[in-house]
Amino acid sequence: MTARVLALHGGLIAVLLALHFLLPAYHHGNLARVMVLACYAIGYNVLFGYTGLLSLGHAMFFAAGMYGMGLPLHFLGIGAELAFLAGLLSAAALALVVGLLALRTAGVAFMIVTLMFSEAVYLTILLAGKWTRGDEGVVLERAERVFFGLDLSDPDIRYLAALALFALCLFLTLWLVRQPAGRVLIAIRENDERARLLGYDIFRHKLAAVVISGTISGAAGAAYGLLFGYVGATFAEVQYSIFPLLWVLLGGAGTIIGPFFGVLFMFYLIDLSSGITSAYMLIAGIALVLLTLFAPQGLAGELRRRRMRWLP
Amino acid sequence: MSALLSTRALSKSFGGLRAVHEVDFDLAPGEIRALIGPNGAGKTTFVSMLIGRVAPTSGSIAFDGRDITRLPAHARVALGMAYTFQITSVFARLEVAENVALAARRRLGRDRAAVARESAAALDRVGLGAHAGALPGDLSYGHQRLLELAMGLAQRPRLLILDEPTQGLADSEIEAFKVLIRDLAGETTILLIEHNMGVVMELAHRITVLNFGEVLAEGSPAEIHASAAVQTAYLGTGADA
Repeated sequence: MTARVLALHGGLIAVLLALHFLLPAYHHGNLARVMVLACYAIGYNVLFGYTGLLSLGHAMFFAAGMYGMGLPLHFLGIGAELAFLAGLLSAAALALVVGLLALRTAGVAFMIVTLMFSEAVYLTILLAGKWTRGDEGVVLERAERVFFGLDLSDPDIRYLAALALFALCLFLTLWLVRQPAGRVLIAIRENDERARLLGYDIFRHKLAAVVISGTISGAAGAAYGLLFGYVGATFAEVQYSIFPLLWVLLGGAGTIIGPFFGVLFMFYLIDLSSGITSAYMLIAGIALVLLTLFAPQGLAGELRRRRMRWLP
Repeated sequence: MSALLSTRALSKSFGGLRAVHEVDFDLAPGEIRALIGPNGAGKTTFVSMLIGRVAPTSGSIAFDGRDITRLPAHARVALGMAYTFQITSVFARLEVAENVALAARRRLGRDRAAVARESAAALDRVGLGAHAGALPGDLSYGHQRLLELAMGLAQRPRLLILDEPTQGLADSEIEAFKVLIRDLAGETTILLIEHNMGVVMELAHRITVLNFGEVLAEGSPAEIHASAAVQTAYLGTGADA
């Protein structure tokens, strides 16, 4: 890994760590949320930005992680550590099954199939209302949210836990896209027929990408539930499938650092504009249109195009 | 000598159109074989079946004694077949060196030094060494063709299928291409689809002529040159010779 790549990504983590000591409580809490959602966006980006597969159903993986963590924690009392692991496994298993079926399609059909699977997961959560309490959701008690002795409901610990997960996801994907298998994913995005005729098993690589992407998204969902103490069906709704697409487009698809800035930008865009007017979605919408017009490759994508061609 | 590649009664129909009809074809190891024929004779369909891009309607294909008729394309490549596209198909937004590295990496895996060495060697061999850092989208068409060829070489295939490799090349580039293929002859078996008869006559050990999806003639360049049936097919005055 080249020094400047390491410096840039390590630098971001260092800045976020410094902000922990500097930020006022309100923004401190926001940033913790942004970092967890950025993990979700990073997971989405593995499939969309690096493999070139556009899913409209990633909320199912986020929700699988969240419910796979929350339900056993709340009803079986297995402890936060095991529950987090259960969340990861749920998302990975769902991604494997969905991948095996959805990857028989491509392009628009893949979008529709993932959307349908995600809707099925959402409806299943509502149908199992006896345990999930449907839209109302499950509130996790403070005592349940103790992770290796750390009280995740404490704002300081919560921030640092979110940062740790974010750093892990960031460096994991940075490592992944520089591996031979990661380079094949990029090759598939660019020209899958060519990659196939270089002897690469496209289906297997795509399936691996779906599972990795789904598992990282699930980790974000599980962490979100643990850190903010709530597991609800809202997170399985279709807008939570659209958000990661927007974040990644804004931040820069196929860049490691982009998803974080996409989430940060959109979070504060909505936060600031809702302080000005009740029609805040209008302001957000206009900003999105402008960004799409003038930086179609997203923030980090534009940076790469203009001056940092080495940006991974 | 047993054939490296052979087909038996290989056929492909698209609806009512018989693109390739019951072709028996044998390719000896080390041979340079040219596949020629008028436009629409089924040449590209035939090699697409060999590499696995198109599934045959009937018939069988064997590579190195093994039936590969049902094998997916990537598995055939793994066995040692390589294919360069008629219409240039490279990774236009990845650097030239990465294009070739992708071709070399399947064989060499994580050995970064070996991948770099093989990629550089393949690029040098086709004369693109100076363009390793460029994007293929910025290269001339002829250079993109050469990049295709370098991607074929970097795989170190046992059989290299070249679909119209000299199309769009300048005369000087064609000369360099001929030198390269002659140089490769000892290392690998080559199946060449080619329209440029000068290239075919100079390079090929044997020539197979396809017409209306069937083998019209097969023989040495001199035999093919003298064949009345081939002359007729190319002149287009009835092909039922």
